[in-house]
Amino acid sequence: MVNRKHILGGLLALLAAGVAVAAGADLGNTQKQATNWTAIAMFGIFVGVTLFITKWAAGKTKTAADFYTAGGGITGFQNGLAIAGDYMSAASFLGISGLVFANGFDGLIFSIGWLVGWPVITFLMAERLRNLGKFTFADVAAYRFAQTPVRSFAATGSLVVVAFYMIAQMVGAGQLIKVLFGLEYTYAVVMVGIIMMMYVLFGGMTATTWVQIIKAIMLLTGATFMAVTVLFQFGFSPEALFAKAVQVHSKGDAIMSPGALIKDPISAISVGMALMFGTAGLPHILMRFFTVPSAKEARKSVGWATTWIGYFYILTFIIGFGAIVNLVQNPGEFYVGGEIAKGLKGGGNMAAVHLAKAVGGDLFLGFISAVAFATILAVVAGLTLSGASAVSHDLYATVFKKGQASSEDELRVSKITTICLGALAVVLGILFEKENVAYMVMLAFAIACSANFPVLFMSVLWKDCTTKGATIGGFVGLFAAVALTVMSANVWEAVLGNPKGSAPFPYSSPAIFSMTLAFFTIWLVSILDNSEQAKKERALFPDQLIRSETGLGASTASSH
Amino acid sequence: MSQHTDSYLQIRNNPKFISLVAKRNRYSFIMTGLMMFVYYGYILLIAFDKEWLATKVSPGATMSIGIPMGLGVILFTIIITVVYVRRANTEFDTEAAQVLKEAQK
Repeated sequence: MVNRKHILGGLLALLAAGVAVAAGADLGNTQKQATNWTAIAMFGIFVGVTLFITKWAAGKTKTAADFYTAGGGITGFQNGLAIAGDYMSAASFLGISGLVFANGFDGLIFSIGWLVGWPVITFLMAERLRNLGKFTFADVAAYRFAQTPVRSFAATGSLVVVAFYMIAQMVGAGQLIKVLFGLEYTYAVVMVGIIMMMYVLFGGMTATTWVQIIKAIMLLTGATFMAVTVLFQFGFSPEALFAKAVQVHSKGDAIMSPGALIKDPISAISVGMALMFGTAGLPHILMRFFTVPSAKEARKSVGWATTWIGYFYILTFIIGFGAIVNLVQNPGEFYVGGEIAKGLKGGGNMAAVHLAKAVGGDLFLGFISAVAFATILAVVAGLTLSGASAVSHDLYATVFKKGQASSEDELRVSKITTICLGALAVVLGILFEKENVAYMVMLAFAIACSANFPVLFMSVLWKDCTTKGATIGGFVGLFAAVALTVMSANVWEAVLGNPKGSAPFPYSSPAIFSMTLAFFTIWLVSILDNSEQAKKERALFPDQLIRSETGLGASTASSH
Repeated sequence: MSQHTDSYLQIRNNPKFISLVAKRNRYSFIMTGLMMFVYYGYILLIAFDKEWLATKVSPGATMSIGIPMGLGVILFTIIITVVYVRRANTEFDTEAAQVLKEAQK
């Protein structure tokens, strides 16, 4: 039987899942709430402002470079905020605070996993990406290799990751709109599809970047206000806050210690690897490094992004505890039937939203609801843009036209692809409404860390890597990640409906196996490759190294 | 790339370039290793010794040791990233600029 629960809660439960038992935060197949006009009006203002920016951005989006990378004219600080905006999803805001609300300490463990990929990107990827690439991460992976096979692989890796990530976001949007705005599921999916398409189609990367920046500022401001208000109630003493929380929480002192989130060490390490190295293989994140003018700015971007995201996770932890102590004081307002035992109205993920009302009234509730929903728009726009660039820049211009496509043609193909991807996102969002999509974000991370990351890493840092090694190893990693995920309990039992305990793959994430297998395959195939082509590729390594380390010959921002 | 061919040949044999690459790679890998040690260390600690993490920070306190440690991992992640960015943006970039300058002579 298809499990119809876990949608947004699932988005994170899936990470937790396997490591976790119940993530607690379960939006489930949500119940539609009363129409919230304040929230809808605030969201309307957000859409109005961002579409106005899109109109301005449209005037600046003339070439393919403008469309993919905002002409390379974004500063490190702006890009840092945009990356944070891309990464701080509704699942992390509502889901993590909901998890803290339900289980306390476990929510903290969970948020740390989401953060640790950023230093890895900083140390290994950021400057090398900026120096070697132009529009997509395939530019980097294929730098000294035969274009057709490596690009085809990289485009496949990008599109598969984008597809799974996108379905999870669209279904999340549909479920969220029912509780946040009190509107129908389908409205959300169609609305997100149309508005997002307008951003990307007309404003390209410039509009997408500013949508992400505005959303990041709104989310950080709102979350800061809530966290400071909560701390203020306790004279800025965390100890006093925790003491009160333990006193009122049904689990008592257990919320101060690790619970069921971490089960067996192999799953824990495997999920940790998927998050840590998967972040460095997400195409919509990697793409952001081409929007800045230099390697220096690329590094500043990650420095800022890590700071904002880390700060945000500390806030969600405080917000979760704030919800524990505040919501019980008014059960009639926040709990189903006014009974604490029946859980929060709208589900466990609503902890932060209810807290917004408790500390800031209806107007602030409207603001936070609008921000939570706007979050999905920004993430989906970024995903679509990276999917469109994989099709137009990697597949069309390089593989199909052998690098002979004009900038106008490439731009036209990216716009057509954007429309197709937008329509596809809406259709998939509707098709998957009742499906269990809990495993999809984790699968996207598993593929990113088992396919995209190893190929990027080896092509940039290992001189003996060859076209054959990168392409075969990348595909092996991709198939291993998908196959093992299908054989794990999250899909085998929860989606395919096999009996509990029958899943052939016992761990929550394939990363530890599939990523290792990808690296091993790339290494093995490369050292066995003695072709003339392989010799040429190895001979190109020193020049690639010079460009990646010094930026000599790096594609510069096209100014206009 | 063609207009840079001479520069590439010059840089390839420049000992300053070779030492810059060695130094940066070593630093990148040490920092990555450090981050992995801290994160997986924390995760394995949770997997193997939940009781210890649940110990109170001081007798009579509510807060357990695991909470400041977890917040510490978040702060460590931010700090290690910023430290790398600062060194790369000053020391490494200056050396890279030097290498490029010599190549253009």
